Amino acid sequence: MRLPTWTRRHLAAVRAVLVLTVVLGLVYPLAVFAVGQIPGLKGNADGSYVKAGGRTVGSDLIGQSFTDKDGKPLKQYFQSRPSNAGDGYDAMASGAGNLGPEDIVDTLPDPALAKAGKEDENARQSLLTQVCERSKDAGELDGVDGSRPFCTPGGVGAVLAVFGTRSANGTVPHPTRVVSLNEQEGVVKAPFIATYRGLPVQLARFGQDYAKGLTVPIKGDAPAHPAVPTDAVTASGSGLDPHISPAYAGIQVNRVAQARGVSPAQVRTLVGEHRSGRGAGFTGEPRVNVLELNMALDAAFPTRG
Amino acid sequence: MSTTVAGILFAGSLVLAVAVAYRPLGDYMYRVYSGEKDSRVERGLYRLIGVKSGAEQTWATYARSVLAFSVVSILFLYLLQRVQDKLFLSLGFAPVKPDQAWNTAVSFVTNTNWQSYSGETTMGYLVQMSGLAVQNFVSAAVGMAVAIALVRGFARRRSDHLGNFWVDLTRGSIRILLPIAFVGAVLLIAGGLVQNFADPHSVTTLVGGQQQIPGGPVASQEVIKELGTNGGGFYNANAAHPFENAATWTNWLEIFLILVIPFALCRTFGRMVGQNRQGYAIAGVMATIAIISITLVNVFQLIHHGTVPVAAGGAMEGVEARFGVSNSATFAGATTLTSTGAVDSFHDSYTSLGGMMTMFNMQLGEVAPGGVGSGLYGMLVLAVITVFVAGLMVGRTPEYLGKKIGPREIKFAASYFLITPILVLCGTAAAIATTSGRDGLLNGGAHGLSEILYAFTSASNNNGSAFAGLTVNTVWYDTALGLCMAFGRFVPIIFVLALAGSLAKQGGTPASEGTLPTHRPQFVGMVVGVTVVLVALTFLPALALGPLAEGIH
Repeated sequence: MRLPTWTRRHLAAVRAVLVLTVVLGLVYPLAVFAVGQIPGLKGNADGSYVKAGGRTVGSDLIGQSFTDKDGKPLKQYFQSRPSNAGDGYDAMASGAGNLGPEDIVDTLPDPALAKAGKEDENARQSLLTQVCERSKDAGELDGVDGSRPFCTPGGVGAVLAVFGTRSANGTVPHPTRVVSLNEQEGVVKAPFIATYRGLPVQLARFGQDYAKGLTVPIKGDAPAHPAVPTDAVTASGSGLDPHISPAYAGIQVNRVAQARGVSPAQVRTLVGEHRSGRGAGFTGEPRVNVLELNMALDAAFPTRG
Repeated sequence: MSTTVAGILFAGSLVLAVAVAYRPLGDYMYRVYSGEKDSRVERGLYRLIGVKSGAEQTWATYARSVLAFSVVSILFLYLLQRVQDKLFLSLGFAPVKPDQAWNTAVSFVTNTNWQSYSGETTMGYLVQMSGLAVQNFVSAAVGMAVAIALVRGFARRRSDHLGNFWVDLTRGSIRILLPIAFVGAVLLIAGGLVQNFADPHSVTTLVGGQQQIPGGPVASQEVIKELGTNGGGFYNANAAHPFENAATWTNWLEIFLILVIPFALCRTFGRMVGQNRQGYAIAGVMATIAIISITLVNVFQLIHHGTVPVAAGGAMEGVEARFGVSNSATFAGATTLTSTGAVDSFHDSYTSLGGMMTMFNMQLGEVAPGGVGSGLYGMLVLAVITVFVAGLMVGRTPEYLGKKIGPREIKFAASYFLITPILVLCGTAAAIATTSGRDGLLNGGAHGLSEILYAFTSASNNNGSAFAGLTVNTVWYDTALGLCMAFGRFVPIIFVLALAGSLAKQGGTPASEGTLPTHRPQFVGMVVGVTVVLVALTFLPALALGPLAEGIH
């Protein structure tokens, strides 16, 4: 019996899918797996696990948090970059924050919920405020200047809504009302600038719609190259970044040395030993593996208790 | 060494490496597709599939075979996801829900690898390696097969036949993709990628916290995801994940794998039509656009214009410390110029203009150098349009490679070009006009429009990267983007094969004094111009409302 052409063609397709699945979907990955079992490759293929004091403490390639139970940084450890993987360095929830470069206005929390000690699920920090807050926190922790362009001293995005008639080029030359969008009444005492074009600046109120105003970020006079490095105030793409820049390690040296009761020079030497340069001199960026560095710290300068 | 100099060396060394591989790989692929002899393994495979390797197909039969194989692939992949809990290596994951399984099946079969799921918590190892990764191979092989069929249309004289799809599919998978993938996978393991079948590993971290660390057959899938310009990540974070892209040099290698076949196919094309210089001309068009585009992404990212990048002091949001801004920008350029869509950094948080360039790259139709196969056939269609435009200017019947470009041919070429803009712009409009479409937005304002425009651009061009803030795991987006991926892949393929069939039927037209030489810099410049002008006219209005409105104050 001869099957119609149409049927024969689809039968061939079914057989092709099955045959190719066996070759490319079973034989090939298993062959790669087998090669991965060769000593020298096996450690990598398994996940680059590292041991400290006889127990596995994680993977060399997967970053982790060095914080206490409340999420506060442990002073005796170098801190990793901010992370958007789950609640931070959740290796089962890798990912990025995905907020855009002009995401600068916060959605403020309901003060009634805040008073009751609850979290407002609708509230959202803008990417700019995230950057400002991280910078302020890192600055305070490590005793350096945490100020940045477009950030208030209080650590939120310095953004105004300017109301009034717009001119031909889109600016508001004679504002009628000015609101600092990310500074909430009741949370902040006074706006980051008292006046704008002669008008007093108001604090933002929960639930008010400021969309009609022109959104104006204020650069301020913070240094263009802030003391807290860029990687310390931005989250990575994976949320599992195992590295920090040598600059970020640099500002943490004094604090770690103090917490461990050793001299900064000793800690700095250790950081230098764990600094990796660019691959082959030109791929990637110089960096420090945080877990490796902290393990080395524990081994060289153990903390009591 | 400064970041900029290192970034230039990084991109420059990639250009060099791709150039070095151009001849040997292109010649090898020429031998694979032109050879008469089947290896013993292949003869066995043909017997199992039930096809005769010597039987040539007309364009219509070739197209029907492509569609039959793809439909069966979609059904198979859909089923595999729906029953994964009943098979082994499922890690205890539930079946993927129907709309998401449909979206994922279409996505991987069309070489898009758009992902509305998060790998580490949705797909078991079996679905990843025997479902998704298999499609990474064969969807790439299908793209190459269609490109080779089109080239045969140019090369053959008075023929009804374009080759045999099953043979082209098998040879592309077994002789080209598989050996390179195997070597690449081993190299990637040496770089730190994982390849195991272990369940997620619970560890107590150095400071006493808990962390679960996943495993999986990652290296074998990562390599073909780049080599086949697929792009679907094993994990949610894609090639930003340290287990998918562990070292600074694996990042280099992954970009190389993305670019190497699409460029080398130009050599194969030149060999098949008997004029290597024609291959160099097409490769020249691709390289010109690619180099300009990657340079621009780098420039926009490094000068980091915009409020948040200035506040942060660099465009490092969504970027890994080991790669840095420049290498990430080069990856972003390569992945969107091809149909890959893998990401080693997150485009949603790029500077407005850097993000716009990634979108523009896809809107070029992914022809510089484009996906494996799809880049070559897309570029050849543009070359056909270019000789047509040139012919109009001097009032001659245009010809390309000795074939007349008549009304029939130009209709196919024009229809090919129109499909993706229709899908992208109508899809974006539909999303903006409906509540279900707007509900998925993470960012507001102009950036919100960019998120949607990016999604439909990516799906319709079979890229698969995303402005990942958009929530796409909804019935509406899974369905709409699934349809865009299917139409964006198969309708152009049918037009390409129809064009190939029509060209193959013609005899040769000997070149005369009036023939436009198609191997000179003049022609290269014209194709670049036609490509950019066509895309700019089509997409500038939409880009003006999204990234341009956001980036220019």
